[in-house]
Amino acid sequence: MPTEILMPALSPTMEEGTLAKWLVKEGDTVNSGDIMAEIETDKATMEFEAVDEGTIGKILIEEGTEGVKVNTPIAVLLEEGESADDIGESSSGGGATSAKEDDDNSDGDESRGKAEPVAASPAAPVPQPDASPDWPEGTEMQNMTVREAINIAMIEEMRNDENVFIMGEEVAEYQGAYKITQNMLDEFGAKRVIDTPITEHGFAGIGVGAAWGGLKPIVEFMTWNFAMQAIDQIINSAAKTNYMSGGQLGCSIVFRGPNGAAARVAAQHSQDYAAWYSHVPGLKVVQPYSAADAKGLLKSAIRDPNPVIFLENEILYGRSFEVPVLDDFTIPFGKARIARPGDDVTIVSFGIGMTYALEAADKLAEEGVSAEVIDLRTLRPLDYDTVLASVMKTNRCVTVEEGFPVASMGNHLSAVIMERAFDYLDAPVINCTGKDVPMPYAANLEKLALTSTKEVIEAVNKVTYR
Amino acid sequence: MAARKTTKKPNVSADELKKYYRDMLLVRRFEEKAGQLYGMGLIGGFCHLYIGQEAVVVGLEATAEEGDKRITTYRDHGHMLACGMDPDGVMAELTGREGGYSKGKGGSMHMFSREKDFYGGHGIVGANVPLGAGLALADQYKGNDRVTFTYFGDGAANQGQVYETFNMAALWKLPVVFVIENNQYAMGTSQKRSTSTPDIYTRGEAFGIPGEAVDGMDVLAVKEAGAKAVAHCRKGDGPYILEVKTYRYRGHSMSDPAKYRTREEVQKMRDEKDCIEHVRELLLEGKHASEEDLKAIDKEIKDVVNKSADFAKESAEPDVSELWTDIYVEDTREDA
Repeated sequence: MPTEILMPALSPTMEEGTLAKWLVKEGDTVNSGDIMAEIETDKATMEFEAVDEGTIGKILIEEGTEGVKVNTPIAVLLEEGESADDIGESSSGGGATSAKEDDDNSDGDESRGKAEPVAASPAAPVPQPDASPDWPEGTEMQNMTVREAINIAMIEEMRNDENVFIMGEEVAEYQGAYKITQNMLDEFGAKRVIDTPITEHGFAGIGVGAAWGGLKPIVEFMTWNFAMQAIDQIINSAAKTNYMSGGQLGCSIVFRGPNGAAARVAAQHSQDYAAWYSHVPGLKVVQPYSAADAKGLLKSAIRDPNPVIFLENEILYGRSFEVPVLDDFTIPFGKARIARPGDDVTIVSFGIGMTYALEAADKLAEEGVSAEVIDLRTLRPLDYDTVLASVMKTNRCVTVEEGFPVASMGNHLSAVIMERAFDYLDAPVINCTGKDVPMPYAANLEKLALTSTKEVIEAVNKVTYR
Repeated sequence: MAARKTTKKPNVSADELKKYYRDMLLVRRFEEKAGQLYGMGLIGGFCHLYIGQEAVVVGLEATAEEGDKRITTYRDHGHMLACGMDPDGVMAELTGREGGYSKGKGGSMHMFSREKDFYGGHGIVGANVPLGAGLALADQYKGNDRVTFTYFGDGAANQGQVYETFNMAALWKLPVVFVIENNQYAMGTSQKRSTSTPDIYTRGEAFGIPGEAVDGMDVLAVKEAGAKAVAHCRKGDGPYILEVKTYRYRGHSMSDPAKYRTREEVQKMRDEKDCIEHVRELLLEGKHASEEDLKAIDKEIKDVVNKSADFAKESAEPDVSELWTDIYVEDTREDA
């Protein structure tokens, strides 16, 4: 049967084009790959190649014709043994055929138009916060720094699962640039505690590949600032591939290291990536404040079958907290912690922001204001229910973080609170954030660029109309 | 068609030659069909065809063993077919249907098969190179002797992460064959205009990685060099670079007006160096097959490709619920 040659789509956006020039004529033999015509698309003039071999039986659209719709028959190709007489009625007249094709096209568009729009997110349910304790009452506690907690979490998980290994700059022989990986080389050897060259982009990618190969890498960035070199691998490779592979290629990997401002290290070394990574579907994002959370959440992160961004803080490394003495202690993702119960205002924070939040709550208590302080702990998945239930109780909310103000975690929480608890609010939500400037070096300016306990108290005063 | 000069009589069986002929023809016919479906609007977005380069993947797959892995960039249809992935599933992914390898959620540039150890299909130029080294690191860690074929183009060879990876792969002796598919054009920029060294494989020397250039239009040459590279990696001697000089007949993608090279240049390659024609001549000259035998193979391949196109058209679009699946791997741990 003669084959109709159709007007091709030659770019992702092309709907019609000009048949600029025929390079073959009726009776010519064409082979696969031969250039048959020049076609002007919305982008450029393109050469149109033959796919099948045969003889040009009839040219249906003359050269120079503009506005030829994609999929309109433009010529008829005869196979071996066929003649022009075999050309059926359907392709005998270009005009009639293209009208038919137009109908087909409009049918297609119509059916596309009929597709039901998909809801952007499910309807908002009533918040049901999980208020269960993180460990049983009466559990023995021990004092531990955040640094020790992270170290012991990794050691326990590496003892547990031989596929867990750590790689990064100075993690092995140097014992960690911030001494987080102390003693690990001695216990696990160079196969599982791998010093990398200073090459974040490369080793982040190697980590992701190793995870696909069945291992459970912990990739340490000396600081998250340097992970900017690797962000393509984190987002395009680690976060998206499970989706792009239809669920075949999950990536069980932890990217961790200190995040946010340390002290006097200026703009390139002082940035909070909480909101950046929380933006990305496919990632899980954790930013612990206490040593107990650092330990319990890191153990969960290592066991999680997904890529986890674990944001630590250099200033918090040396702080001590009570940590439960339990054989296998983990904290689940997506469960915030009420660090301090209260009735008058909700202060939501995470990571080092908790320092300001708790200090502000102490001072406010002296003035008779009872603040409920929530530590989000994980930013993705985010425990909206605990926040919403608290705001529905206190009717006021202040968020606290060190990151930049535009598109901050606080902005996002404000939007969710507005959507789901609008009628409960007695005042607009205020976001306390870092200032909208690169971090300055000078001590006085650096202090101004960060948020502060004072700013949190002022915000609480504002939302409580004091 | 001008005869190609074969330097020596190939030491290869009739069955092997027929397999190469069949496998390369499958890639070519499949790609031609994909181009046609693109023209009909059934395939959307970007679509990069492999036509011309078939000998590269078919030659290298001839050296692969069970458990070896492969990963490549976005011109990936040939790699998938050559490693045994089902043409139906590949074509249905191109049309964005539920029967595709990624359930229609990946498309031309993002397809994977755990079963066939095909790790994509990556759209970011150069990104798959460290990923491939990571796969190799996993095998080395587990103590087996599997190798990973990490394919990338002459364009990707200018990305920084490639050299970060060369350094670590050499340092850690990772079992990875870096296959540089040099088709001479990084999109529309010729190698001369983009690359400071004429022989890209020599860049491995700086890292102590052995390498060589191979005629990528000759499947037997590719196979021979591939076998040497694979043996090197399997032995635990670290990475190896093969720069396979090849040529793509079609544009960079479907929407490439190809103004950066002449029609004559393309035609000359097709006439004098075509990899399928080469094997066809070997089969006929060696009396391993008759014209009729080859016609039968042509017909068989045409049927496979037509079937894949029918499947890709008939397979349904993914259910709307698929929008929300596969974002995360479900955590099935009891204590999660």
